[in-house]
Amino acid sequence: MGIEKFIFYIFSVLLIASASMVISVRNPVKAALFLVLAFFASAVLWLLIQAEFLAIVLVLVYVGAVMVLFLFVVMMLDINIERMRAGFMRYLPLGILVALSMAGMLIWIVSGDGSAFDHSVLHGPAYSNTQALGLVLYTDYVYPFEIAAVILLVAIIAAITLTLRRRPNTKHQKPADQIAVKRNDRVRMVKMKAEERK
Amino acid sequence: MPELSDYLILGAILFSLSIAGIFLNRKNVIIILMSIELMLLAVNMNFIAFSHFLNNIEGQVFVFFILTVAAAEAAIGLAILVVLFRNRRSINVEELDSLKG
Repeated sequence: MGIEKFIFYIFSVLLIASASMVISVRNPVKAALFLVLAFFASAVLWLLIQAEFLAIVLVLVYVGAVMVLFLFVVMMLDINIERMRAGFMRYLPLGILVALSMAGMLIWIVSGDGSAFDHSVLHGPAYSNTQALGLVLYTDYVYPFEIAAVILLVAIIAAITLTLRRRPNTKHQKPADQIAVKRNDRVRMVKMKAEERK
Repeated sequence: MPELSDYLILGAILFSLSIAGIFLNRKNVIIILMSIELMLLAVNMNFIAFSHFLNNIEGQVFVFFILTVAAAEAAIGLAILVVLFRNRRSINVEELDSLKG
C-alpha cells in the first residue's frame, strides 16, 4: 500500500466520521464545527488528486466564509434543542434503512474495476492547476463565469433585503431628498434697509 | 494511488449519510442546511475524481460553479432562517404551517 493510499484511507475515515457526527450530534454549534472538519478532510482528499486550486478554495470560501456564517446564525438564534431532537429516535430506523440501502446500491454500481476509465496523468512540479483551470474558465466558460458572478450579486441583494429592518424610532438620512433639495427651500432672501448704527 | 472507485464509494457514503441526516433531523432547519452542504460536497468529490481520472479539467470548472451556487444558497437560506426566527421565534419545521394548502 503506497503512502497516497494510506493518506486517502486516513482522511476518508476522518471525513465519514465527522459527517456522521454532523448529523447525529445534539448541539448545532458542534455540528457546524464537525462540518468544518469534514471540509478540511475533503480538501486534503482533493489535494491528493491534484485539484489544488479547488482544495484551497474549499478551505478559504467554505471554512472561512460559509461556515462562519453558519456559526454566526446558530449562535444568534436561541434554539430549544430538546424540542428539536424530539422524533430523532423514532426516525432513526427509517433513516438508517434508507441510508444503508442507498449506499449499498450506489457502491454496488460504482465499485469494481475502474482501470478502463483510468487516464490519469501525474503532473510534475511545473504544472499549475490554477493556470490550467483559469485557461478553461476564462475562454470556454467565460459566459457561465459571468452568470455565476450575477448569481452572487443576487445572493448579496437578497440576503440584505431579507434581513434589513427599519426600526421606527431611529434617525437616518435620506440621501435622495438631500440631493434633490433646491436653493429656494433652504435660503430665503430678505430685502431690508440698512439700519443706522447707534 | 487511490483509484476512481475509491473516490466514488466515498462520495456515495457521504451522500447517503446526508440523506440520513435529513431524515433524522427533520425538525431542525439548520442541520438540514448542513446536510445539503454535505450532499454538495459528495457531488463535488465525484466531479473532481472524474476530472482527475479522465484527465479532463472541465470537471473542476463545474465544481467551481457548484461552490458558487452553494455559497449563494447558504447565504440566502440563512437569511430566510433569520427572518423566520424573528417573526415566529422558532425554526421548528413542524410549526411552519401558516401557509395552508
